[in-house]
Amino acid sequence: MNWNNYTSLPEKFRNQRVFDGCGISGYINIDGKRDSGDQIIDMLCILSERENGLGAGFAGYGIYPNYKDYYALHFLIDTEECKEKLLHYLDEVGYIIQSEPIPTLAPHNIDNPPITWRVFYEPKKKKSISEDEQVVQLVMHINEKFKGVFVISSGKNMGVFKGNGWSHEIADFYKIKDYKAYMWLAHSRFPTNTPGWWGGAHPFNLLGTSVVHNGEITSYGTNMRYLESFGYKCTLFTDTEVIAYLFDLLIRKHKMPVPIATMALAPPLFSNIETMEQNYQIALKNVRATYRSAMLNGPFSIVVGLTDPKPTLVGLSDRKKLRPLVAAISENDDSLFLSSEEASFKRLKLIEEYNFKNVWHPKSGTAIVARIGEGILRDGLEKPFEKINLKVEGAIRS
Amino acid sequence: MIENKNQKLEYEMKKKGSIQIDAAPNGRPLNYKDLNEKIHGALRNGYSKVVLNDVCGQRFIGASLQGDLKLEINGLPGNDLGIFMDGPRIVVNGNCEDQAGNTMNDGTLIIHGDGGDVIGLSARGGKIYIKEDVGYRVGIHIKEYKQKFPVVLIGGTAKDFLGEYMAGGLIIVLGLDIRDDGTVVESEYPICGGELGTGIHRGKIVLRTDEDLETRLGVGAKVYELKKETERTITPFIKEFCEIFSIPYEMIGHKPFQVIKPISKRPFGGNYCGNLI
Repeated sequence: MNWNNYTSLPEKFRNQRVFDGCGISGYINIDGKRDSGDQIIDMLCILSERENGLGAGFAGYGIYPNYKDYYALHFLIDTEECKEKLLHYLDEVGYIIQSEPIPTLAPHNIDNPPITWRVFYEPKKKKSISEDEQVVQLVMHINEKFKGVFVISSGKNMGVFKGNGWSHEIADFYKIKDYKAYMWLAHSRFPTNTPGWWGGAHPFNLLGTSVVHNGEITSYGTNMRYLESFGYKCTLFTDTEVIAYLFDLLIRKHKMPVPIATMALAPPLFSNIETMEQNYQIALKNVRATYRSAMLNGPFSIVVGLTDPKPTLVGLSDRKKLRPLVAAISENDDSLFLSSEEASFKRLKLIEEYNFKNVWHPKSGTAIVARIGEGILRDGLEKPFEKINLKVEGAIRS
Repeated sequence: MIENKNQKLEYEMKKKGSIQIDAAPNGRPLNYKDLNEKIHGALRNGYSKVVLNDVCGQRFIGASLQGDLKLEINGLPGNDLGIFMDGPRIVVNGNCEDQAGNTMNDGTLIIHGDGGDVIGLSARGGKIYIKEDVGYRVGIHIKEYKQKFPVVLIGGTAKDFLGEYMAGGLIIVLGLDIRDDGTVVESEYPICGGELGTGIHRGKIVLRTDEDLETRLGVGAKVYELKKETERTITPFIKEFCEIFSIPYEMIGHKPFQVIKPISKRPFGGNYCGNLI
């Protein structure tokens, strides 16, 4: 592991590029059963050929049932001084329900491991602005203005654990095995093309939305300017943060259903749209026109965790399928697994005699969606509007 | 002098030329380098058949192997199975991941399951037989030269960019659903995705389907009817495929074949240095 660059990326590294593949994994227990981190660690660590030791991270949903009504803020902090300043600020703008270190297992010979801290937080009630929005602004403010402090996650009843090292090292460091969650996301390697720093590792999180990503977003500039017009601040020197913010914008703020939001991010080609039914054409062309700058270009496969209204797992690959994504469902239909490689599922079979009912490759640009209590809503093999009750009004926007 | 049972077993297996390798001793999968070292070690010791058990995503299995060897894989081989292979026969009892048969020169790859994306990438020769469905960009840039003639045969269906930039050889897709219990029915999925044969400039893609392919063609590709000559070329491969995967050969005749070939002899001749030649 690399024991430096916890909360920011030094100026001298900002133009460096390190190319490699990424490994992503994730699963959701549709019945809401909470599992320890063992399975997700096995699923991720078997993809060791996809990582280079520059970063890994985990996101667990359902890990703080006792504090599920409060925002769980996870921090990476450089010094005690920075921490005091941060806690003082949080106390000023809201209520600290609980403030404690995140338990870690740093090797003894390390002098300066990061201070990993979590705060269960409640913003002050304001009429003019929702609690979610207050927390988003708080996160953006801390990440931009506070030196030596970085917010790695800010959702309710969930948390992100990430750092600069091999996936098994990060899993040991944060004691991932000790947490119990109904939905896990995991990622190995590093934000594409960026040198390593702790805060810049995946998963990227804002409120309940976490994203792990394999690939690169070449439309980063366009997406970033679009997001900045909505008040988001892209401060991480990496492409994946825009995906997290776009999901937050489309699903939390614009209240789009998940399958339509993924259509805005990875829309079908116009030549394909032309062959569809008239009302589908109107809908899709309008989605493309309205969210022109939200479209993600470049190769990617992503696994996204959402909490609103219920915990949801989403898998999506770019429309030309330039990055891999494989899905599997457990024998009794109660868990959906996603991974970069089928080896993750084979690994579970090897050690736990885990049996899968089906393993399949979702179609490119087609979302696979599973929600707690509702099952698999989309299996990634449907046509764009299949299973969607669509009512179209008006004509094509020009 | 054979002392114990294990040694006896080993001796007998060696006589038959076969050895088993556990790719995940105590449930912990070996690193791909160690596994490939073990395979090479076995071959150096004179075995001509290697059976790998509990393979779990190890990459580059059978890389650059030459000669008349056999590899049987139980489990899931990782990316680049049989990369640069020149002669061996690899049988996988299950699925394989992406890029199987990458730049292979000769030999046979038989997959009793699904294939991933980019199967047969830049293959220069040999045969790749896949029982079930495959992903995107299968047979990308396969090429032929004199007696070197790569064949990719898929029992199920394919997705987008089938035969992209194809420069020779043969891709056949049968569109069948060959189930585990041995029954064979027509697949419910479309035979292939869009951008079919985009950038093709030599070779043939043969699809067993009555679907309309015109709307799915990529740049430079055109649909042709099956000629007698092509039929003669594909028949032995299909017969061999049916035999390996126990498919009744009569079933093949239930649907017509359509052939995708370049639109002309040099479809992209003018694109780069047309004025110079």
